[in-house]
Amino acid sequence: MFAYVIRRLFIGAMLLVLMSLVTFVLFFASPVDVGRYACGKNCSPAQIEQTNKALGYNEPVVQQWTDFLRGVVAGREYPNDPALREKAPQLVSSCPAPCLGYSVVNSSTVNAEIKEAFPVSLSLALAALVIWVSGGVIFGVIAAVRKGTIIDRGIVALSLIFYAFPAFFIGLFLLKFLAIKWEVVPIPEYTPIAEGGVGLWLQGLFLPALTLALLYMAGYVRMTRAFVLESMTEDYIRTARAKGLKRRPVLIKHSMRAALTPLVTLIGLDFAGLMGGAIITETVFNYNGLGKLAVEANQTYDLPTIVGLVLLLGTFVIIANIIVDVLYAVIDPRVRVG
Amino acid sequence: MSSFLSVRDLKVHFPTVDGVVKATDGLSFDLEKGSTLGIVGESGSGKSVSSSAILGLHRRTSAIVSGEILLDGVDLLKVSDEEMRRRRGKDVSMIFQDPLSAMHPYYTVGNQIGEAYRVHHDVSKKVAKARAVEMLDRVGIPQPDRRVDDYPHQFSGGMRQRAMIAMGLINNPSLLIADEPTTALDVTVQAQILDLLQDLQREFESAVIIITHDLGVVAEMADDVLVMYAGRAVEYGTTKEILTRPEMPYTWGLLSSIPEVGGDPNAALIPIPGNPPSLLSPPPGCMFHPRCTFQHLVEGDKCETELPDLVPGSRSETHLKRCHIRDSYLVYEQEVLPQIAPDLVEER
Repeated sequence: MFAYVIRRLFIGAMLLVLMSLVTFVLFFASPVDVGRYACGKNCSPAQIEQTNKALGYNEPVVQQWTDFLRGVVAGREYPNDPALREKAPQLVSSCPAPCLGYSVVNSSTVNAEIKEAFPVSLSLALAALVIWVSGGVIFGVIAAVRKGTIIDRGIVALSLIFYAFPAFFIGLFLLKFLAIKWEVVPIPEYTPIAEGGVGLWLQGLFLPALTLALLYMAGYVRMTRAFVLESMTEDYIRTARAKGLKRRPVLIKHSMRAALTPLVTLIGLDFAGLMGGAIITETVFNYNGLGKLAVEANQTYDLPTIVGLVLLLGTFVIIANIIVDVLYAVIDPRVRVG
Repeated sequence: MSSFLSVRDLKVHFPTVDGVVKATDGLSFDLEKGSTLGIVGESGSGKSVSSSAILGLHRRTSAIVSGEILLDGVDLLKVSDEEMRRRRGKDVSMIFQDPLSAMHPYYTVGNQIGEAYRVHHDVSKKVAKARAVEMLDRVGIPQPDRRVDDYPHQFSGGMRQRAMIAMGLINNPSLLIADEPTTALDVTVQAQILDLLQDLQREFESAVIIITHDLGVVAEMADDVLVMYAGRAVEYGTTKEILTRPEMPYTWGLLSSIPEVGGDPNAALIPIPGNPPSLLSPPPGCMFHPRCTFQHLVEGDKCETELPDLVPGSRSETHLKRCHIRDSYLVYEQEVLPQIAPDLVEER
């Protein structure tokens, strides 16, 4: 199992290198003159060239890419100019490994940007995860057990409705009515645990997490329902009933345990994706998470930030995949090696 | 004094959007303690559905079960769901075919066998596990104290079926239903499993219903045989009567389709022509008539219009048949037997 994880990590690292190359190529394939954009509207051609040089945009794409990779491994300095460093070291900012780049737009390293935005996205993803998994599994199981009744149809119909609405609609709807009109909850604002404690942290997260959760929960209700119903037709469920087991142990010990396997995969991948930022929800609630950072980086052609975020999200998804595979072995003894 | 298990006019109907599927339609039989009944028939003839009804496994929402199932004088169809659950696995238990899918892949064999014990006895997990080890030993699993912690996929097919039997017998049930217990196993293992079942039956004195489509299993195990076709009994009698003097063309067909050990390897098997009928709209008259090659022996169109009753044939009061052909055993001896076992005819 250990060797397997090591092998998977190695393949994952290769994949990340490839992803970074693709991101670079795609970025420079766009018709936008990046230097001109970074310099501003009133720049002369000479100034644009100077900007390009300072940012390294005048180098060939492959050169920029290898510089970036070297920075990830060994760290680098901005601008990369030994002469300037001799003369005026205060003008050079260093970016220690793993350096994901320096964002001129925000005048800070990408690492610092991510460090600031990541807790927001992680908090949001965690809070949403708890709501949607518990809600999705509970309602999904209820619908499966009451299959064909009004309760089942109600749950399925309701989840379809939430599934059909876009995130910004649910988000704005909740914000408008729960927070602004009826004042049931305060207007959400992210407060780190260090500043406001767990209480304020949770309060700030409630609406955006609920928005995200409603969206995901809809799918989980339907999938849990399907998985439980499917496992209920298995022969081993009939065996369990033939033993004289009561309904509840048949459902929980035998049926739900089997339905857990596919759910774990979905949860792992969805959570990994969300850790990389919930673009629409963060924008609606004005949360400075990774999603909002990504949107801004794209609007300002901020290459270092874009590459950094792509790689971060890629890392999350790759690691989540490995964790899910290891969990499989924990859940299903048939998968265990040896 | 009625018998230990007495099934009377058992009907299991499944209402569907297309109409009512009459999977079992008026089945009656008796079984004494310590004896074995073999239920034989093709797939879809209602064997498994009927036995599931004895265990009360059909959900009220999907099946309509009627008739009487008297076990030791108690009608299992009249007791409450909770009472039935308490009897399941304790008074009546069942062994399923294909033990790989019948056991939960995520739990150890010991856990699953012990669970069957713990449902009906208020004991700790440790005691239940010790009991599981005991049962595994009894059904002939080597090193039971170690194998008890294995998962089903780590067992061989034969061992899994032994484990299933251990699970079925752990509460010492008075009635054991074995639903095609050897179908998924290879032939040498089949014989071992059948021997084991017979030993255990003697030891526990339980009544056994063995469901199979293999007449070899029936010959080996059963005291009585019930042949089912399209949800109804078509022939019912002692094993000897059914196997040596069958009176119903369907049973003849079953016997004709068995290859003969030591016989001519090139001899063609004689299959029953056609397919089992739809249980949604069974043919009028005798259900078997569309596939029957002996209709010319019955005058008029009786076979197509009139369902024969299950009545004693011409030779014995206990041997029941559902067929319009008069003195049908003579037809078997003169027409069918010479075709399927000519050497046997010469001996006679």
